[in-house]
Formats: sequence, structure tokens, C-alpha cells
Amino acid sequence: MPSPIIRIDNILKTYGPLTVLDGLSMDVMPGEKLALIGPSGSGKTTILRILMTLEKINGGHIEVDGDQLYHMQKAGSLAAADEKHLQKMRTKIGMVFQHFNLFPHKCVLDNITLAPMLTKGETKTAAEARAMELLDMVGMAEKAKHMPAQLSGGQKQRVAIARALALSPKIMLFDEVTSALDPELVEEVLNVMRKLAAETDMTMLLVTHEMGFAHDFADRVLFFDKGRIVEEGKPDDIFRNPRQERTQNFLRKIIAAGHRV
Amino acid sequence: MEWDWAFVWQIMPPLLEGLKITILATVLGAIVAAVVGLVLAIARRSPSPAIARPVGLLADFIRGTPLLVQLYFIFYVLPDIGIRLSPLVAGVIGLGTHYGTYAAEVYRAGIDNVPRGQWEAARATNLSIRQTWIHVVLPQAIPPMIPALANYFIAMFKETPLLSAITVLELMNQAKSVANSSYRYIEPITMVGVFFLVISLISVVALRFLEERYARVDER
Repeated sequence: MPSPIIRIDNILKTYGPLTVLDGLSMDVMPGEKLALIGPSGSGKTTILRILMTLEKINGGHIEVDGDQLYHMQKAGSLAAADEKHLQKMRTKIGMVFQHFNLFPHKCVLDNITLAPMLTKGETKTAAEARAMELLDMVGMAEKAKHMPAQLSGGQKQRVAIARALALSPKIMLFDEVTSALDPELVEEVLNVMRKLAAETDMTMLLVTHEMGFAHDFADRVLFFDKGRIVEEGKPDDIFRNPRQERTQNFLRKIIAAGHRV
Repeated sequence: MEWDWAFVWQIMPPLLEGLKITILATVLGAIVAAVVGLVLAIARRSPSPAIARPVGLLADFIRGTPLLVQLYFIFYVLPDIGIRLSPLVAGVIGLGTHYGTYAAEVYRAGIDNVPRGQWEAARATNLSIRQTWIHVVLPQAIPPMIPALANYFIAMFKETPLLSAITVLELMNQAKSVANSSYRYIEPITMVGVFFLVISLISVVALRFLEERYARVDER
């Protein structure tokens, strides 16, 4: 039995008086595809943001790939991580955002090559060759010289996926990556993610409102409410036979709102 | 009093000498202001209050006191503590830091306009803080603020006659010395006005061009 690639232990996250994550613990196994579902404000996006070190935590520990994420060994005891440690840890993790967050002043190709050249010292030639491979995989190779403003939302998101992959992370975080898209553009992004799941053994954490996709994509589904995991299990169990009343209510509302399950 | 064209041509060489100094002081002052403004703007955003607070107070202090007083201070008071500067250097430092505090506000607005998602994308792709500033934030923040910065630099240009108070031989000072030796004021002082007007008008046209070129808000 391999050990978990992510161990989240008793995480507390507050914004002022508001408690977003309340003593949350969970493990993720290497290569696992995890879907995080739940109502807005349930803390699922916050977990991804914490794993990407975009938020600070107010308590608890996280271990990623054998190292503490927010702590480091200093003179024999555990201290708060410094920027250098965080940078080392971030090489293991990539993230795709709801609103793409492409760099608008750089063309598609430069969006992808910027970080590998700056952070891994890749040559321009090597970085561009790798970027073209990734663009080919997401079906965007012919748009390499376009600016982000010239792309549709679905195309932007496929570029954003390629940008995250260019750093070869072990863990990919997808934060509602289709929520900002027009409905007809959702499928092209989901197709890329299906392909990615089939072709790589990356660990993936997915926050989504696409229940049908979550069902097909995930090995395990976690239902969040009020900063806690209410229920977890295999997609079939969660979506067909939810045990908890809150899960049942949530799924009923989602279906009523027109989402496929 | 009659306008004397022959006298105008006679005083043209010293006036042009002065104009050169005026333009030089403006260009150097603008460069100093652009750099000082950027440093102040970034320092004021520092997460450490030990840096952000004093820098903010200093900027408010410089903005809140007259440029002429600052110029006197730099040129006539600093020598008392052993810092002797040539008039032009003192003038450029005075202009540059004074307008740098205004430029800092422009930078601050430009930097605040870069969406938070851009900082987050930079962090998610593991750029360092320095790399984030250089490759992500500033290239997006600076183009939209170029018209506002240029506006301040035109204002600064029109304030350069203050440098005559610290003996810089710029346009106004040359005109004054011509007038004082010939007892004719109308031609030299009028010519100073004309020179400033012509250059300001050219600058305003250039500014319109910059506004059209950069003030468009790009779709993110």
C-alpha cells in the first residue's frame, strides 16, 4: 500500500469571524482522481487554494509528497515555511483557475514557456518544444501565436491547462474550470481533462458543479458542507445512494437546476 | 515700449542655451521621478509595516511641502551637512523626488488595477515575487498609466523655472540675466513664454497619441 501523496491533518481556516474549514482532515493517494462537490461556501475551493499556497492556514498540518507544505524543519523543530520552501513545494502542484488567469500581455506560447524558463532554467528552444507538444495535446497548437484576448473561454482554459502541465506537477488542482464558460464550450475543456486523466497518472483534485463529469472522472467523491466532509465514497454510491440527508438535498437541488447526473 | 526683432535675434543664443538646460532637467527629472515613483509604490505595498508606513509618511511629507522649499533645502541646506551638489544635480533630484511622489500614486493605481488572478496565476506557476513583478504585474500595470505619467511630466516641465532660484542656468534664468543687463524685459520674458508654449503644445499632441495608444482597456 503506497502512502498518501497529500495528507491534510486538522486544518483550520478562518476569514475574520467566519470559519471556512473546521478541523478538516483527508488523505489523497498518488494518482487518485478526486471530485470535491458541495454548495458554494462549503470550503471546497479553499482547500485547493490552500494546497496551491494562495491562502494561509490558521491551524493544522498538510503534507505533500512527503514534505510539510506550510512548515519546515528548522534547527530540529517545526517552523513556518519560508518563501524558498514554499517555492520548492509549489513545483509539485499545478492549478487551473475558474477565470483562466492567462497573462494577457503574452501570446499563448509565451504564457506556457514563461514559468519553465524562469523557474526551471529551461532554454527557450526546449520550453517551446514542450509547449507545442502540450498545445497539440489540448488542441491549441495552431493558436500558439495568438493573444489570449483573441481566444474563446474554452480555448483560454485549454491553454491554461497546458500552462499548468508545462511545469510537470505531480498534483493538478482544477477549480471550477468550466463554471465561467458558455455551455457550448464546456465539453471541449472536459474532453481535455478526460484525455489527461486517461494518459497520465497525475493526482487530480477537481472542484466542480458538473456532476455528470464528476461521476465519470473521479475515483472518489467528497461532499462538503460548512467546511467539513459530510460524506465520501465511490461516485456511484454518492450520486445513486447518498446516505446523508444534506447530500441528498444538495443533489436534488442540483438536478432541479438542470445539471446532469 | 516696442517689440525689437533685432534684439530677439541677438538674445537667441543664450536663450537656446537655457532651453537646452530646461529640457535636460526635465528629461533627467522625469527619469528620476519614474524610478523614485516605482520604488515608492512598491515599498508602500510591502507586507511589512516597518517599510510601508515610513515610506508612506515620507511621500506625504514631500507632496505636502512646496517644491521651491525643497530645492532650497537640497541646494543651500544640505551643504551644511557636507553634501554639496551642482545646481543642475540638485534641481534634478528635487524635481525627480517631488514628482516621483505623484508618479507613485499613478503607479499605485495602475498596480491595483492588475487583477488578483494575475498574482495568483504567477504564484501557481511558481514565479518568485521578483519575477512576478517584472514579468507579470508591471508589464500590465505600466502601459495604461503612461498617459497619466506623461501628464505629470508636462506639469514638471512647466515648473522648471523654479530651478532658477538655485542658480541653474535654465531658460528663465538666462532670460532674467539678459533682461537685467539690457534693461529690456518684454522680448526675453515673452520668448520664454513662447518656448514653453510651443513645447507644451507639442507634448500635448504626443500625450493624445499616448492616450490612444495605451489607454485602451484590454480584454483580460
